[in-house]
Amino acid sequence: MKLSLLRSLLLVFSLFFSGQALAVAVDEEVIADPALETRARNIMTGIRCLVCQNQSIEDSNADLAHDLRRIVRERVEAGDDDDQVRAYLVARYGDWVLLRPPFKPRTFFLWFAPLIFLTGGIVALVFALKRRRDAPTSPEPLDAAEQEKLKKLLEERQGE
Amino acid sequence: MKPVHLLPLGLFVLIAAALAVGLTLKPRDIPSALIGKPVPAFALAPLHESESPFTDEDLKDGKARIVNVWASWCVPCVAEHPILTDLTAAGVSVYGINYKDKPEDARLFLRRLGDPFAKIGVDPDGRTSIEWGVYGVPETFVVSGDGVIVYKTISALTRETVNSEILPLLKELNGGAE
Repeated sequence: MKLSLLRSLLLVFSLFFSGQALAVAVDEEVIADPALETRARNIMTGIRCLVCQNQSIEDSNADLAHDLRRIVRERVEAGDDDDQVRAYLVARYGDWVLLRPPFKPRTFFLWFAPLIFLTGGIVALVFALKRRRDAPTSPEPLDAAEQEKLKKLLEERQGE
Repeated sequence: MKPVHLLPLGLFVLIAAALAVGLTLKPRDIPSALIGKPVPAFALAPLHESESPFTDEDLKDGKARIVNVWASWCVPCVAEHPILTDLTAAGVSVYGINYKDKPEDARLFLRRLGDPFAKIGVDPDGRTSIEWGVYGVPETFVVSGDGVIVYKTISALTRETVNSEILPLLKELNGGAE
């Protein structure tokens, strides 16, 4: 029983990952030199398919993605370095074509927002913990008058 | 109630407002990176064989005009076609880039619906359109008389866009002569 559960889990996991591998678009005209092809593929994974928007051109089958892949390969073969290929596409489609937003003043908030929220959360947590620690842990001991009152109340209840 | 107790409410309102603004944005409207830049260098074969090729030089003749990227297989292009026809009738110069189309299909399209284009270049593999930053048809550009892209809109033109944005822009670029 336990074994079959483990097996099915393994199956689910392996299917999950194999699915990802299959999602890579089947191409067409690859560069003969494997090193250049690998470089081109690497660039493609960071380029947004503008039609499907949240896919990279590497795993999209859209027509435009295919055309952009061809351009990436052409630029790589022509001897452009990775940044030059990206700059070529950014000049035509803007920063949006990059799946990883560039780090520049306009995007500072984007990049630093998680840090700002984390700092805010830590500060809030510290304050909350501090308040809890400063709060009295056990109530003040009863004074004589209160002891007397308590005793009376308990006696009353026992009498009931 | 201490002011600190209003903090969660305040945060909620702030986040809700930010998300509400986000909902109104259209993710398909990507601002063009080419606004304010000269048109890319290109040379396209003419759709009508008797005409001369369509090149970037044609866009530097001193007259501001519209460049429309279209295809016969594109449904929104059919929808915006009457608007282009009206623009031409109103004296606006409209040039076309025929995107990834079969020339015979494109010619048939124009025979059926009328040909508003003063000049059409064919871009069979979409290469020139990529130089223009096109990512879907139809797209419409306004190019100034010295060949600088000043405006771009994607998807089918509407009368509203034409009247409120494109026509005033052309009028301004052409010195109020349009």
